[in-house]
Amino acid sequence: MARLKHPKRALSTNPLKSSTPLGAALAYLGIERAIPLFHGSQGCTAFAMVHLVRHFKEAVPLQTTAMNEVSTILGGADQIEEAIENLRAKSAPRFIGIASTALTETRGEDVVGELKEIVARRRDFDDTAIVYASTPDFDGALQDGWAKAVEAIIDALVPSVTERDPDLRQVTLLAGSHLTPAEIEELVRLVRAFGLTPIVLPDISSSLDGHVSDDWRGTSLGGTTIEDIARCARSGFTLAVGESMRGAAKLLEDKAMVPYRVFQSVTGLKPVDAFVRTLMGLSGQQDAPPSVKRDRSRLIDAALDAHFHTGGLKVAIGADPDLLFALSTTLASMGAEIVTAVTTSQHTPLIDRMPCDEVILGDLGDFERSARENGARMLITHSHGRHAAHRLHLPLVRAGFPIFDRIGAQDINRVGYRGTRAFLYEIANTVQAEHHRASPEDFGAAPIPEEFEHVPHAATC
Amino acid sequence: MGDALKDKIADVFNEPACGTNLSKSEQQRKKGCAKPLTPGAAAGGCAFDGAKIVLQPIVDVAHLVHAPLACEGNGWDNRGAASSGSDRYRTGFTTDMTELDIVMGHGERKLFRAIRELVEAEQPPAVFVYSTCVPALIGDDIDAVCKVASEKFATPCIPINAPGYVGSKNLGNKLAGEAMLDHVIGTVEPEFTTPYDINIVGDYNLSGELWQVKPLLDKLGIRILGSLAADARYKQVAMMHRARVTMMVCSKALINVARKLEERHGIPFFEGSFYGISDTSDSLRRMCRLLVDQGADTDLLDRCEALIAQEEAQIWADLDPFRPRVAGRKVLLYTGGHKSWSVVAALQELGMEVIGTSIRKATEEDKGRVVDIMGDDKHMFDNMAPKDMYRLLKDAGADVLMSGGRSQFVALKAKMPWVDVNQEKHEPYAGYMGMVDLLNAIDRAVNNPMWAELREPAPWDEPLTESRVLPALSGNCPVTGIPAGASRPVVTTVAPEPAPVTAPAEGVAAFPSSETDFEDC
Repeated sequence: MARLKHPKRALSTNPLKSSTPLGAALAYLGIERAIPLFHGSQGCTAFAMVHLVRHFKEAVPLQTTAMNEVSTILGGADQIEEAIENLRAKSAPRFIGIASTALTETRGEDVVGELKEIVARRRDFDDTAIVYASTPDFDGALQDGWAKAVEAIIDALVPSVTERDPDLRQVTLLAGSHLTPAEIEELVRLVRAFGLTPIVLPDISSSLDGHVSDDWRGTSLGGTTIEDIARCARSGFTLAVGESMRGAAKLLEDKAMVPYRVFQSVTGLKPVDAFVRTLMGLSGQQDAPPSVKRDRSRLIDAALDAHFHTGGLKVAIGADPDLLFALSTTLASMGAEIVTAVTTSQHTPLIDRMPCDEVILGDLGDFERSARENGARMLITHSHGRHAAHRLHLPLVRAGFPIFDRIGAQDINRVGYRGTRAFLYEIANTVQAEHHRASPEDFGAAPIPEEFEHVPHAATC
Repeated sequence: MGDALKDKIADVFNEPACGTNLSKSEQQRKKGCAKPLTPGAAAGGCAFDGAKIVLQPIVDVAHLVHAPLACEGNGWDNRGAASSGSDRYRTGFTTDMTELDIVMGHGERKLFRAIRELVEAEQPPAVFVYSTCVPALIGDDIDAVCKVASEKFATPCIPINAPGYVGSKNLGNKLAGEAMLDHVIGTVEPEFTTPYDINIVGDYNLSGELWQVKPLLDKLGIRILGSLAADARYKQVAMMHRARVTMMVCSKALINVARKLEERHGIPFFEGSFYGISDTSDSLRRMCRLLVDQGADTDLLDRCEALIAQEEAQIWADLDPFRPRVAGRKVLLYTGGHKSWSVVAALQELGMEVIGTSIRKATEEDKGRVVDIMGDDKHMFDNMAPKDMYRLLKDAGADVLMSGGRSQFVALKAKMPWVDVNQEKHEPYAGYMGMVDLLNAIDRAVNNPMWAELREPAPWDEPLTESRVLPALSGNCPVTGIPAGASRPVVTTVAPEPAPVTAPAEGVAAFPSSETDFEDC
């Protein structure tokens, strides 16, 4: 049971958060042939785009309504309409996901109303699905923007159903913002292993997985198709991964009467067991496929090998709430102690359940300070944590968004039996890579006097 | 937008030292330098971004962004300006405005408190306070806050008024320059001055490029007194008014600063570049000439010529080993400005062929240069959509693309070697010695054996010539337990090609055995 600590300060040093619209953009990029569109000044988009490109090392189709001082005062509906028109002419997207920014939210635009009017008037826009989510930069973090975008997508594109006609072999997998493309792939593999067919929403595992395609389209290359989004109404069940996906799961239940279950984590033995148990129930199988059973027994062996290194390990971790929860509960279950937990958004019920005494709603300045005070031996956060790691002389395990000083961020897998196994190895190996050689001083003894030391002879020639 | 900011923007747009601006009619000039942005087709940063780019390389200053999270949270720690001293400029400071701050109008108060906390924690020589869209929209008066904070905390707090929505990155560069002119330049006197003191303006010391040039200046006894903003300290900006000559590096982004230094303090300026061999020599010559005009000893000119002769001879000798590795390779250039043009002459000298270049941001002067170097204007192309560029790269027979980071993935996805010649690059290419690094980069890119391998066809791109030998699938998949049969995709076999001249042996024997394992069933 952790309490939330909100530092009383006006200055934020080294942000941990990424912005809410960026989270929405990331979710929109999980839709096929999509272009996310920021309603704001062009800088809002430029910063977000650079951020995404640095992480994924991919071209990212992100666009802006390019608000200027005049449209900021007079209102930006025309900008939105013009942007949609230009995007359609240039790249023929099937999906345009609009996210508001601090600028347009501060002005207080009624984008929902304006958009409704635009879509009703411009029948030529009919073959492009247009979705809008309100995502002011000044409220929440990446995770919140992602969740709002997913809810907006469901709200706009999943048909309302009054009578159930479920395809019992089909499940909807609502993927939270903390999942990497490889992690989504791992969950899909698990679901398929039980003979079930998942529709992933949003599916960045096929659009941001880093592949070379045969053409250049200017939209996302892969992702959930518009048709599949609509077909979510017929799924037998919704598996929501990440607490932040609860709202979206509920919305699906409201619209299409699909029952759901939220998995707050799918990292660690017990959480994955719960996930697998659910899949067994859904597929009606008394037994799990041999590959899954084998993966579980290998995880148990990995845990046995790793516990020597994780037991008592003092860890400082900074991440969005869902990721913070998943990683810190796994580590806690392996005997590690979470001495510092910093998160980005208070919009989550998970704070109470974090395996530590307090969670700081703060930045990497708080992270660094607290890690130092509490004697952390390892840091876990995104790439910006490198400055703290450098100053504290501590190893940094990179997790979350953005990871820009390593390649292959999309391939990191820490979910399922296999991903948990990899995560335990990663932590244990990081501990072992730290060279610590004890000296007499470490135990309070006086150092060996210098005259006992061998002094090499001066060279004779 | 405040009247003061409006006046500043009008002033910046009316730049008498800018040739492009002078050639415009009165009406065109009012519209400003920036092209109007097209919704849905705009790229690049905003005015705030531009201001930050110019000022962030001032290394010991605390850069405090008064904004909701996105402006700093999505943008900090993303540029490679190198520092030889303080690392404070790498720390992201922001007021992280929340909904409550905005609705309740707590912005100014929060900013003031943030400055206090910052000064207490860091004791920086100065705090630069950036205003962005939201505080500008709700009317936070950062000038007033900075004024009070400066007095109260005995630390200069400099307001930088460049909210994103007022315009482009380029405009932001200039507004940042104006802030320096209004509040910083001239506020500190150097302990001593020499006739060999210069200002460097508009170089950002990316990956340490300035340090590739500094040895040359050291040899000539030239001191970088003032700087905006390569590896600069706050005091260097404040002392710019005491230099003898200003060198404006590569771009007109800060021409307003250079011009006003000339008008107010009589410091002549010139625009030069340290990219490429001839441009480096040229810049040194012009710098020395102006210094002599300003009272330096005339023997500086002779020393300069001697240095240039020596350095050029040395660099051509150093580059010679690359000649066989790059000769005959075709280069496609896609950059703004004329930065990369500075190196074209050298590339051609080494036997490379430039098959095309963009002229998107080029001035008439630059275009003339293209024609001079390449003989005609057939190879110039305008802005290009990524889609077309992708096609061009696949079809054009170029060997390497030299461009900025934006085209990076267009090139890479077309399986085309790419060399970064823009601001995000990770290697310094300045001065004479930088050319070796650049040639190294080109060599590494075009001569990597990986390219040939990647361009080979996939196993399924060529039809099978052997007849099929394995029996059809039956039974259950050993991994999933799903039975083979109706639910499995039907495997269509490829009809064998007509028999080759020497008929393949029957059955499995036709396939040479392999050491490799295949993963899946």
